[in-house]
Amino acid sequence: MTDRRDFLKSMGAAALVAGAGRLAHAAPPPRLVAPTAGIDTFAADLAADALQAATENGAQYADARIGRYRRQAISTRERQVTGVSDSESYGIGVRALVNGAWGFAGTRDMTRDGVRKAALEATRAAKAARRAQRRPVELAPVAPVKGAWKTPVRIDPVEVPIEEKVALLLAANEAALKVKNVRFATSGVAALREEKTLATTDGTVVTQTFYRIAPSFTATAIGGSDFQAYTEELAPRGSGWEYIQQLDMPTNAEKWAALAAEKLTARSVEVGRYDLILDPRNLWLTIHESVGHPTELDRAMGYEANYAGTSFVAPPEKVIGKLKFGSDLMTIRADRTTPESLARVAWDDEGVPADEWTIIDKGVFKDYQTTREQAAWIAPLTGVRKSHGCSFAQSWSDVPFQRMPNVSLAANERDVTLNDIISATDRGIMITNRGSYSIDHQRYNFQFGGQAYWEIRGGKVTGMVKDVAYQATTTSFWNSLDMLGGKSTYFLGGTFNDGKGEPGQSNQVSHGCPAARFKNISIINTGRAG
Amino acid sequence: MPIRLDARADLQAITKRALSYSTADEARVVVRSTSTGQSRFAGGEITTSGSATDLTVTVVSTVGKRRASASTNVTDDASLKRTVELSERLAKLSPEDPELMPELGPQQYAAVKAFDAGTAGLAAEQRADAVSKLIAAARAADAAQDLFVAGYLEANTLHGTAVATSKGLFAFHESTDVSLSCTVRTPDGTGSGWAAGGAREWAQVDAAALGRRAAQKAVASRNPQAIEPGRYTVILEPQAVGDLVPLLMQAFNARTAEEGRSPFSKRGEGVPQGATMLGEKIADPRVTLFSDSEDPDLRGSPFEGDGLPTRRRVWIENGVLKNLAYSRYWAQKRGLPESVAGNGDGLKMLGGTQSLEELIAGTERGVLITHNFYIRFLDPRSASYTGLTRDGTFLVERGKITRSLKNFRWNESPLLMLNRIEAIGRAERIGAGQVMPSLKVRDFNFSSISEAV
Repeated sequence: MTDRRDFLKSMGAAALVAGAGRLAHAAPPPRLVAPTAGIDTFAADLAADALQAATENGAQYADARIGRYRRQAISTRERQVTGVSDSESYGIGVRALVNGAWGFAGTRDMTRDGVRKAALEATRAAKAARRAQRRPVELAPVAPVKGAWKTPVRIDPVEVPIEEKVALLLAANEAALKVKNVRFATSGVAALREEKTLATTDGTVVTQTFYRIAPSFTATAIGGSDFQAYTEELAPRGSGWEYIQQLDMPTNAEKWAALAAEKLTARSVEVGRYDLILDPRNLWLTIHESVGHPTELDRAMGYEANYAGTSFVAPPEKVIGKLKFGSDLMTIRADRTTPESLARVAWDDEGVPADEWTIIDKGVFKDYQTTREQAAWIAPLTGVRKSHGCSFAQSWSDVPFQRMPNVSLAANERDVTLNDIISATDRGIMITNRGSYSIDHQRYNFQFGGQAYWEIRGGKVTGMVKDVAYQATTTSFWNSLDMLGGKSTYFLGGTFNDGKGEPGQSNQVSHGCPAARFKNISIINTGRAG
Repeated sequence: MPIRLDARADLQAITKRALSYSTADEARVVVRSTSTGQSRFAGGEITTSGSATDLTVTVVSTVGKRRASASTNVTDDASLKRTVELSERLAKLSPEDPELMPELGPQQYAAVKAFDAGTAGLAAEQRADAVSKLIAAARAADAAQDLFVAGYLEANTLHGTAVATSKGLFAFHESTDVSLSCTVRTPDGTGSGWAAGGAREWAQVDAAALGRRAAQKAVASRNPQAIEPGRYTVILEPQAVGDLVPLLMQAFNARTAEEGRSPFSKRGEGVPQGATMLGEKIADPRVTLFSDSEDPDLRGSPFEGDGLPTRRRVWIENGVLKNLAYSRYWAQKRGLPESVAGNGDGLKMLGGTQSLEELIAGTERGVLITHNFYIRFLDPRSASYTGLTRDGTFLVERGKITRSLKNFRWNESPLLMLNRIEAIGRAERIGAGQVMPSLKVRDFNFSSISEAV
């Protein structure tokens, strides 16, 4: 919360930052070399100028994020490269709070004059926004921090020679094309290096470097009057190139492609109710959609009503500690600390330290995802005054807002294997990997598919089926969770493209989970739609 | 918002500077200069408001049959030079591309006026005033309740996009677009209504009217009742059609169709490889769908990213599949002229003469759909998708809206749907570059009920 004392303190901190180690030149020599650890003093200095301009123009709080984003993408199909691209984006985003209203401005003009103008524009927008304001924004307290952090990687994925990347992808395609009926194979790898310096008028100055990498592989088989594709679940990670090496795509592609070919002869699924066994390579996305999104506090409060939607987990006073979200086997933890996860940070985009907390405890809903602005809305209900550190903006030119941390389902403490679950299932469908997925705007009704499906009879896998999707309502689905895999079945999935907000922003987030079984779930046939 | 000076000359200067550093066999430079102003609101107040400006330079270098691109938004001489060098280095490292097409030389472009000073100059204060007007109009629609009003206003200015190649091509285009959408919810949480408008010109957006419309829908949609899922006659408002019909654009890809993996592929025993449904009836004879940058309602970009001029492209004419979308490579491979590539920007489906109200009045029993959400691909063979209705789903009986309905999940193919048309209503602009009619369709497949409001 920003009271007068905080305001004076923050002014002092801003002045301190502004006065420290000023550099004479206006723009740094642009570079594409790998970053070094430590606070980026040039960025911190420029950010201090922006903060000073914002406070001089009436901001009681301001923050400035200087970001340099390097994105590299390679895509291939069959025996050729379909794209090699490398992009760099550098700029500053300034956020100003004037009498409880937010304003924001972003610019690529990284001169002292440029960042000051952006700060002025941010305060101007904040003052204009007061014309349509009912409730002033209050920020949860956070201790000022100075520091630096970098995703631990062995090999910077951006610096790996392009030949090595292309050779790996084409080798994977080649292996896939050896499989009978497999006519097409596509593969790719995208890498992101994000260098970000955040300075706030609370006195925080932090520089962080994040590495994120996303491989992809799809094989398509054609036979008779049918065609079927199979996409392997190659999870994106907050990792270096060593992760891609571990996946060994060239060796495994043949096995993946064989699944596409096998789908050609798979039986179309019989519609009905089955016990549903979800491989964690499918379940992670179901967690993302049906647990991650509805427990975003901004959604619950209607802030996303016009786009992503609201949430059935609302209003907070009626659900915190009361809503039976799932069965006793369901414990959901949120974090920004899991190694190799996409949402891992040391501090969020408001300078809040990485947190870990429980969202659902043995089936009962406990807490939401929050930012500094949101924490006070539910503090009386949760007893948590601080932000959980969920502020994120996809680039310097975007406004930070509440984005999903890693949201994961805890594994069974007993070592239950996937085979144990299959053996205990009399009539079931098992699904792996993410397929088509759709969920309503309050996160009740969902329909998810996968990439490969098997029928289970009498405790055994009896064969592959196709055209499968499961349709359910979130709480009845999670309350039907009756078998949970142990640590040996655990998998960390994730997405590079979690969309939310207006304008739409993309967040990168991971979800860990074991294999699980859900009783008596409705299975539909997607081949007979329409 | 920056003032527009001579964007064409400024951008051309950047392309020249970048091309001057090129040592590749061929090079292309694409410059985009943008600014955006955005105001987001919820709970009857602005929650975020801001602006951003950017300018990106993308350099595509070709060395022999090898090609790669690099882009930057840092445009001093040293950075531009470094970006050109990076693209050349990446190109040299890339394997040869057997499908590589040479860069284009000079082209002729249609003049498309799509820039509005009113949109480009829309300042934070004007955005806040428009939002206030919308909120006031929405809340006044039912002053007895504390209606929850959320929405988003975005004004984008493309100060210019320029494409230049080492073979003498230069293309420039500038445009604006503005969109305002809002969702109004009733305090009991049982009603939700939505309305949106978009145009190239700010003056064409009526904030108060949108607020009123969304509020009226919210109030009318309170206490929705469930009816059995199944196949129903539906009346899709223009936005609901706009959620579905544009999905077909993906299916119009010629290569995918000829490769046997599209709904327009002919498959089965005895069918020659590469056969498609081009020239065959694929929809109701009243359906005509096209892209055309020069259409006054669309006003899209007169060129593609490689500088190839866009042309009017009729996808479906009177129900017949008239064209497929070719890349330059695929056109050449098929021995077709280069002009078959270069697809028009924007999408327009021709409408009929009936108003939405007349469609409703002529319906014995049906479901009225305001718009749709979370649409995802189900099956590429039939171009089928799943999605949900949202923010105003109503039962129509004997020509009148009789009650509010719970939302549905549907599993449906926009292509098959275009074969089950009962009536086509008037077409209207649903956003910059998109014109869609309302449609009455029979046997629309609702697969389950959603409790979401």
